[in-house]
Amino acid sequence: MSTNTSNLLYLVTIVTFILALRYLSNPAHARRGNQIGAAGMLLAIVVTWIKVGTTSWWAIAIAILIGGGFGAVAARKVLMTAMPQMVALFNGVGGGAAALIALAELHRILPAPGAPKADISIAIVFSALIGSISFAGSMIAFAKLQELIGGRPITYPAQQFGNAIVIIVAVAAGVTLVGGVQDEWLLWLLIGTAAPFGILFVLPIGGADMPVVISLLNAFTGLAVAAGGFELENNVLIVAGMLVGASGTLLTLMMARAMNRSVANVLFGAFGQLQTTAGAATAAANGTVRPTTTDDVAVMLAYAHKVVVVPGYGMAVAQAQHDVRALADLLEARGVEVTYAIHPVAGRMPGHMNVLLAEANVPYPALKEMDEANSEFPRTDVSLVIGANDVVNPDARNNQGSPIYGMPILNVDESKAVVVLKRSMNPGFAGVDNPLFAEPNTLMLFGDAKESVAKLTAAVKAL
Amino acid sequence: MAHTTLLVFEVTILVLAIFLGFEVISKVPTLLHTPLMSGTNAIHGIVLVGAMIVLGQPDKSAFTWIVGFAAVVLASANVVGGFVVTDRMLEMFKKRDPPKDT
Repeated sequence: MSTNTSNLLYLVTIVTFILALRYLSNPAHARRGNQIGAAGMLLAIVVTWIKVGTTSWWAIAIAILIGGGFGAVAARKVLMTAMPQMVALFNGVGGGAAALIALAELHRILPAPGAPKADISIAIVFSALIGSISFAGSMIAFAKLQELIGGRPITYPAQQFGNAIVIIVAVAAGVTLVGGVQDEWLLWLLIGTAAPFGILFVLPIGGADMPVVISLLNAFTGLAVAAGGFELENNVLIVAGMLVGASGTLLTLMMARAMNRSVANVLFGAFGQLQTTAGAATAAANGTVRPTTTDDVAVMLAYAHKVVVVPGYGMAVAQAQHDVRALADLLEARGVEVTYAIHPVAGRMPGHMNVLLAEANVPYPALKEMDEANSEFPRTDVSLVIGANDVVNPDARNNQGSPIYGMPILNVDESKAVVVLKRSMNPGFAGVDNPLFAEPNTLMLFGDAKESVAKLTAAVKAL
Repeated sequence: MAHTTLLVFEVTILVLAIFLGFEVISKVPTLLHTPLMSGTNAIHGIVLVGAMIVLGQPDKSAFTWIVGFAAVVLASANVVGGFVVTDRMLEMFKKRDPPKDT
């Protein structure tokens, strides 16, 4: 196949990717879009295979079967609640592949005198750097979300300084390579420092900030792939990689804005340090909260006009989404209006709650975004907060000393009554106190979210 | 095509892709942000094409062989996993439930 023919066919692939993203503007045909994108990907793979010809075709086939087989099994088996770490994992391997391509390309080009050209070496250094960071960072994000290591921020002395040294070594190795020192070991040094940097930079980031990190790492892999396109002079890699890089960057900014923090603050921020200064307002910890029983809550819910469910990561952990849906069905059958208020950063990845509730067959028109939900709280009888904490914390509005001050929140305290389902009085992932729990219109229902909701359902049924 | 000409062309499409990316994504509702991430995740699996080119080089050293093979394995996990996960998610987004058999 000539280069022109393959480039034209790659263009078809690019178009399918753009269509796939365009179709995502509406849930009604989003799935079709994804299938179109997959078809385009298949086309690109077949075209490349034919192009490569008889060289190692069987090795390629075996490698695809191994990788693809793993991907297919992992993607099929994973529970919807484990989706964030699965996305992190697949993102990481993509970044790793981009870094490996950079390594192989440098190895191929180096023996030639005067090689590589400046732009090629820049691309190689860039994709090796970003790809390694994305790979290692995603693996740590995966481990954190899978709870292989603690979700709380992990800090150590002189963290920022240590991280800075590591990344400076990596960048210096890259600059030396681009500067004309032709030594493959420089790239090894670069990868050998960039990967630890990826680990170091994700480790101190708390679980609540994961949506921003995952989205950023996704953008990183996209950029690394685009750089790979420059190395191999391949348009489809450049365009597809950059589409992902641009969209991932935009999504990252949107997530950070939803928390009213800059991306830099999320990544290198002193979330851990700030909260110690804000420990003064511990109304909730002073025992002024009012615990309640499932029967009382069941009556409140059954005789309400409007109930708003506010889900958070706790619902995902307890896998309570199906029980929540069952309870909502029951309430709706009694004529209660039930909607769901979704905070943009609830959960561990952008839009996490939407996916979980969709899994439980909640119709998507019932899922309300923050602004719409906030306009509804004043005429809401009961807000049912299930495993959410920081996204309903009034301190974000009122307490300037709070680490989450300024973050837009769901104003559940404006509704007539708030019922918080919570395992214990431990503070949320961010480790911040929540005065909502001590408000006069707030009741606490302690216990595992899944069990509590199931009990509530039984109690409503018995009425 | 001379190398510089090609480079200029590549930079051109790179810059256009940036704007296209911003444009397309800004139309996606927050409802679908997870499938968006997962879908773009699958799209950067296009790195598989690059990995195949590396592994498909004639007369390659043992080093390239190993690195290329590993790259194809990783990239194909990215492609297949990415699209399958996205499909599973999008399948769930429905306006109303299908009639129940209870």
